This record gives sequence, C-alpha cells and structure tokens, in this order.
Amino acid sequence: MLKNELKLSELPGDDDSGLTCRTYVIKDEGHTLGNALKCIINRYEDVQFCGYTVPHPAESKIHFRIQTEETPALEILKRGLNDLKRVCEHTMDLYETKVKEFNKT
Amino acid sequence: MFKLDEKPRVFLEEFRVKNAPDDYGMADEKWDFKKFTKKFRIVIVRMDKWEMEFDLIGLQPAFANAFRRLMLSEVPSMAIEKVMIRNNTSIIQDEILAHRLGLIPLKADPRLFEYRLEGESEASEFDTLEYSLKVKCTAKSQNKDTFKPEDLYENHNVYSSQIKWQPVGNQASIHKEQDVGPVHGDILLSKMRPGHELDLQLVAVKGIGKDHAKFSPVATATYRLLPEVTLTRKVSGSDANLLQSCFSPGVISIDSEGCAFVKDARYDICSRNVFRYDSIKDAVILSRIRDHFIFNVESVGALPPHIIFIEAVKILRNKCKTLLEELNKI
Repeated sequence: MLKNELKLSELPGDDDSGLTCRTYVIKDEGHTLGNALKCIINRYEDVQFCGYTVPHPAESKIHFRIQTEETPALEILKRGLNDLKRVCEHTMDLYETKVKEFNKT
Repeated sequence: MFKLDEKPRVFLEEFRVKNAPDDYGMADEKWDFKKFTKKFRIVIVRMDKWEMEFDLIGLQPAFANAFRRLMLSEVPSMAIEKVMIRNNTSIIQDEILAHRLGLIPLKADPRLFEYRLEGESEASEFDTLEYSLKVKCTAKSQNKDTFKPEDLYENHNVYSSQIKWQPVGNQASIHKEQDVGPVHGDILLSKMRPGHELDLQLVAVKGIGKDHAKFSPVATATYRLLPEVTLTRKVSGSDANLLQSCFSPGVISIDSEGCAFVKDARYDICSRNVFRYDSIKDAVILSRIRDHFIFNVESVGALPPHIIFIEAVKILRNKCKTLLEELNKI
C-alpha cells in the first residue's frame, strides 16, 4: 500500500437513516481484524447488529457493518478499536512478564 | 448426578459433541475490559530457541485465532526474493533453482530491516541483503578403485552453507555474516557432475506470509482446547487397565489399590476409544475447556518463538492504532 492512502471509507446508502448505522470499508484487512473487532463490538450494550464480510476473496478489503439503537456507529467503531488495542497491550504486558518469570526459573 | 466445577466446556460424547446446557456461548457476555483483565491468564509451559508451548486462559476464540493468523501470515521475515542467474549449467532448471533458494530460511532479524517499497529498483542497505553462490563441479584426480561420488568429484553437492553474504553499503559494520546467513548449512540445493556450474546473485528482502509462505516466521503456529477427562465412579481391576489403554500414555494412572485415576489429561489426543467398551463407558466424561487455549509455536529460525508472538500482538495493536488515528483526523 502506498503511504498517505486512507484505509477506511464508508459505503454509501445509509445517509437517510441517521448516524446509527453504517458500513465501513477497511482496505487491506481480512478475517484477522474483522472477526476480533466484531467479537468485541457485538457485545456492547447498545449494539443491534455488527458483522463483517470479505466481499470477494481476490480483493483485500472487508465490509464492516454496525447498527445501533442510539449511539452513532462511528463512536462504536472507535470504542471497539480502542478496546481491541487495550486487549493487545494488556496481552503484551502480561506475556512479557511471564516470559521474564519463565527465564528466571 | 456427578457435578463438574463451573467452566465453559464442550462435551465429547459417544456420537456427538455437545455444549453444556447452561452455556450460551461466550459471545453473549457483555464486553467489560476490567472483567477481561481479571480472567485472562498466561502460562508458559515450555520454551526454547525453536519451540514453545503456552496457555492463554479466559480468552475469546476470536482473539486466539487472530493471534494465530497473525503469526502465520503477517509477522515479517527475510527471504530470498530475486535470483540473478549469470550461469547455470546444472541439470536443475533456473526457475526451480530460484524457487528452492527462496525457501531457505535466513537468520537475518527482520526487525532490523525495512520493507522494500513497490516500484523501487535500487537496493539500499536498509531493505536488502545480497548473497552470491558460485560453485563449479570438477573431477578429482582419477581414483580407479572407487565409485563413490565424494571420491570422484569436487563440489558435486551444493549446500546452503556455500552461500556467501555480500554486504550492501554500510552493512558489514552493522551485521555479522553468521547473523544473516542461512539458518541451516546442510540444505542440499543441487547435485552436480564435472562441467556443471552455478554462478548466482541472490537478493533477499523483507516480506510477510500473506504474500508468500516463505516469508512466514513460523513452521507451525497452532492452538487447541485443553482436554479434560473426569471419572464419575470407581474403576478398578482389569477395567482400570482397559481404561488406561483407551487414552494417550500418561493420562490415566493406576494407584496401589488398583484403582484408576486421571493423572494429566493435557496431552490426551481426545480419541473416543472408551465408548467402545460397555463396562467402562459410563465411568468417564470427556470434555474440552472452551476458553483454555494451548498454543504451540515452532520457529523457522530467524526469531525465537516468544518474540514471534509479541510481534503478532504488536501488529494487531498497530492496525487498531492506524485506524484510530485515521478516524480522529476526520
């Protein structure tokens, strides 16, 4: 991918239904990020529906759909990404301390 | 009835795999980061330079799978990408030879290099490693008493140890030859006879397994759920021996009174052999713990396995980070 190119865009068609439902297109991502993110967002209180699809196996992108009761979909996406980031950071910290402990013994 | 302690399980029954009746799947729980950190545990079981086994406990399958996928296809490593063939008179064709060379694991640490940008033709010391392979097979002075090739020919086998590193730019002062060469010196690349000759220039770059499997830093990266074997009644005598023979070695032990007990079910292969015997099939519950993942990571040689896992998690974090940054700009 070229630098300065945006990874994220929005699929048109949801403008009439307010901010609560959107389909985002994430470039150069697949099941790795899609499923992990879906797994978090689906378990939020306000979320009606969250799912993702790889529209075609030859194209490296995913469609990520969020539908909520009230909260704007964008906010939910941000929260999901933030939570996934925190999960990663926590895993890394814990893992590194465990490796250190293991090497000591 | 026999009562098991509370853990999410899948039961391996005689003819089916059944979820626990009170377990609606971990997907239904509301997300709570604090709860996650409280429940989440990591246990390192075995670790050396090449292989490691560790447990991730209290985790969603989606995360475990993401980590596995990242290790396989998105953690970078260095591999030979281009082969310039000046001369190849051996019987192995150019393209086959080039492919073989590409699959050689290199010791070079990918963290010290950058990706070569698309369309960039000039090699720089920060993104490229260059090697040369120049071998010529010749006949040794005739020795009539032998038919062994090693007595008759010089260089009739070409091994990966014959690949010579050629520093680009300032590389010689940063890297050492033994840190960038092939992981194994005894990989047979080609067999030759007198008159055959190889003269190649090899170019290695940084890449990821998604592009080509040769860039994958792991030989295997797998996870499985922790098996559990529970005995619901006393099994003794010949039944105890029969029970023992139904499981992997070390799973079932027999005490001094001839009673069977579960010693360690961790390495059970979860065959359902017990259910073939009517006399003991009511005495066991076979299950797996649904949030206990046993990871097995085997490195190809460039990075130790614990670093590969850390790198994988780091990549997922960076994906979130770049997307968040992009969202915050709008």
